[in-house]
Amino acid sequence: MPERSGSSAKAVTVYVNGEPVLVTQGSMLAAALLNAGAACRVSESGEARTALCGMGICFECRAIVDGVSHQRTCQIVCCEGMRVQTQR
Amino acid sequence: METFDVVILGAGIVGAACAHECASAGMRVGVVEPGVPAGAASAAGMGHLVVMDDSPAQLALSHYSRELWRDLRNALPSGVEYEECGTLWIAADAEEMAEVFSKQQRYLRSGIVCEAFDELALREAEPNLRPGLPGALRVPNDGVIYPPAAGAHFLSSAERLGARLFRGKAAVSAAHGEVVLEDGTRLIAGRIVIATGVDTRLCRWLNLRPRKGHLVITDRYPGIIRHQLVELGYLKSAHNLDGDSVAFNLQPRKTGQLLVGSSRQFGALGTKAEPEVLRRMLDRANEYVPALRSLLAVRVWTGFRAATPDKLPLIGPTTDPSVLVAMGFEGLGITNAPAAARLVLHHLTGAHLPIDPTPFLPNRTRALEAQYA
Amino acid sequence: MSLSFDIVVVGAGPAGLAAATAAAAAGRHVALLDENPQEGGQIWRSAVASPYTARAKDSTKARSIARFRASGATLFSGRQVVDADASNRPGRLDAWVASTQRLETFIFEQLILATGARERFLPFPGWTLPGVFGAGGLQALVRGGYDVRGKRVAVAGTGPLLLAVAAHLKQDGAEIALIAEQAPLRRLASFGLTLFSHPAKFLQGIRLRAELAGVAYRTGCWPVAVEGDGKVSGVRFSDGRRTWAEHCDLLACGFHLVPNSELAMLLGCKVAEIGVEVGEDQQTSVPSVYCAGEPTGIAGVDAAVLQGEIAGLAASGQAVAAARIRGKRDAQIAFTRAMDRAFALRDELRTLPEQDTIVCRCEDVRFAQVQEQVNPHSGWTDAKLQTRCGMGACQGRICGPALNVLFGWRNTSVRPPIFPIPVAALCSTPLSADGIEIPVLQENPQ
Repeated sequence: MPERSGSSAKAVTVYVNGEPVLVTQGSMLAAALLNAGAACRVSESGEARTALCGMGICFECRAIVDGVSHQRTCQIVCCEGMRVQTQR
Repeated sequence: METFDVVILGAGIVGAACAHECASAGMRVGVVEPGVPAGAASAAGMGHLVVMDDSPAQLALSHYSRELWRDLRNALPSGVEYEECGTLWIAADAEEMAEVFSKQQRYLRSGIVCEAFDELALREAEPNLRPGLPGALRVPNDGVIYPPAAGAHFLSSAERLGARLFRGKAAVSAAHGEVVLEDGTRLIAGRIVIATGVDTRLCRWLNLRPRKGHLVITDRYPGIIRHQLVELGYLKSAHNLDGDSVAFNLQPRKTGQLLVGSSRQFGALGTKAEPEVLRRMLDRANEYVPALRSLLAVRVWTGFRAATPDKLPLIGPTTDPSVLVAMGFEGLGITNAPAAARLVLHHLTGAHLPIDPTPFLPNRTRALEAQYA
Repeated sequence: MSLSFDIVVVGAGPAGLAAATAAAAAGRHVALLDENPQEGGQIWRSAVASPYTARAKDSTKARSIARFRASGATLFSGRQVVDADASNRPGRLDAWVASTQRLETFIFEQLILATGARERFLPFPGWTLPGVFGAGGLQALVRGGYDVRGKRVAVAGTGPLLLAVAAHLKQDGAEIALIAEQAPLRRLASFGLTLFSHPAKFLQGIRLRAELAGVAYRTGCWPVAVEGDGKVSGVRFSDGRRTWAEHCDLLACGFHLVPNSELAMLLGCKVAEIGVEVGEDQQTSVPSVYCAGEPTGIAGVDAAVLQGEIAGLAASGQAVAAARIRGKRDAQIAFTRAMDRAFALRDELRTLPEQDTIVCRCEDVRFAQVQEQVNPHSGWTDAKLQTRCGMGACQGRICGPALNVLFGWRNTSVRPPIFPIPVAALCSTPLSADGIEIPVLQENPQ
């Protein structure tokens, strides 16, 4: 039987390129970037890239998290106030 | 059976440069490479183009060779990533700062452009160096390349000029004008040049010892450093004829990645990276650039340099009139490859050479040759 | 800092959970390491509790996790294994802990590798556009909170995974444009015949089909190009005779799973084309190292659980109990091998990349550059050296399986660290308490 989680799931706010984005508690940072339509990084030849494999293998979801670059956002759980920026 | 004017054993950067030089001089060239061209020491090292003054002969050779690289720069494909970032020889104390000034004098006397930085100038030039370093010597015309691409460029240029590459088979004998490969192929060679790196199977009389080094490459962090940074103690480490040593050496690549070195070990060691040596090497590097610790290390690897007892390469004729060697470049194989090729051509054809080839003659180790003959 | 255990299990997916449970139940001191925050691995990845998606309870998963938690084994989550050495007894393993920015060392008598699998990506024009994901990849991201309600998703590639992914995405509110399976119908039909010898699988298949009622499931077709400016607007498909365009927002695309065998290779285990070589009780060629689940050859979750149990029993000295399960395991694997034949990749997939199609995403190396390196003597090493393909952060995990299909190359050389780690992990001085120092002059936006 499917169970509904209900609308009582808590939300947290993270900042994607400076803009506040509301996500369900427990979401991964890559999901926040995707929901906001933001790229995670810009590739060597200038292409916008976002998560591809969803499991921490491809490194396409790397972004700057709280000032630190090269963080795999699909492996990071969103925390209240976390700041993520597209990495160039 | 094929006939060549010269057969070069080894398609590392030295062998490839020799192949290019000889083919450009109109010679019929064969190159023998059992493995991946530029895949051994040429692929493992830092690709630093640096003037090194641990002896007058080395200063002459590395200066000459570096200028040859500079002359080549416009002809090199973009994959070679030639970058004239310069070197900063860093002083950590007053004694080393005195060495900066005497080094400066030696360089200026040889016509090598350089300038001394005091503490403030050094901080301005490289803000990510730790504070308190008294200064450095800046050598602006030193550079950085990606050696496998340079080796491939020399090799393909030689092939376009008619050189033949024999790949996937090692030479089992090379003497008296004939090279025999492991599958029985025989190559008749007017002259033979042995440029096989740490592999001395065909020239055992050369007293070469493999010297293991470790390197770490980081992810892309553009702009952390601009110059290749080397501690003055590097020369002490390279000088050290026995034992293990580490010395700070940090290179910015065009990709924005940082290449971190360096370490030196003698002895029968495998290719595995050794955690203890790596730790010492990185601790040393962190002393100079503390921010290094938080950068991601993407790969760690080792390589072997061919070291000679007097730290100078062996370039020139042997007791076999048909065989020359171009071996024993230690940490300067990339820098000295073009000059080595010119030296080889000089020995083959009498072509003009602006430096004295005597210090590099293999017969300076004649005592050892007689032992093995 | 180092911790000692009788048995260390790497990977908390179905195989790892079963292995740790079996070994701990025998009274051994067992550690289970995983890089994710929770147990489950990929196929049993926890979903974020969301107000709008229904979540079907997976009883096998729930049971496995419950049994593990009751077993006495210790879970170490957030641990990424970067180096290991089993050439001596006891063996040693190093894991990077991102939360504390420290390297932890685990000492073990026996090691069980349950490192799972990853998706194979094949390059084709436009595959690097935002909006293109792996099939399992998109499912993982949705479980991680990606809101796909109202999004039109094309699901493509190969394997039963596509059906499962499409079903879950539909449950999560996405509209499925089509499911494009590259295997031809006649091959799948002959596979259908083998389903009758495995009734449970057959029922699973029927249930999936019911959930997807109304969704076009096309066989014998594959994506040839993704279209869009800055993000996906559609995908062109081909069936070998004609091509057509499907309008969609997202493409979920995967071509089989490939084993995560890097740790096994690092330890010196013999690895064949199909996966890590193991004996009757999941022993590898390295004494004291076992391997269970997908790394031994892609065989699905049921086989993984059985293999994990056997490995856990064998490593903890329960040879008789392990032997009792061998038959069931072998039958499960035989079933999947038949499936492999049905879903084999067709030749046309090798011809998809164009000259400027990126094949190495970390370094933006294009197909033409790699193709230039192809000659009778060349292999992975040449291509890597000359094009930088595989030298990026993913260490060749994405481009490697693609190049294997395109050129037949296989990378067997693995060096530590097997995942990028901060330089601090390799030297004496740990990072400061608050974590990271920011280097000056980093060329990053404000």
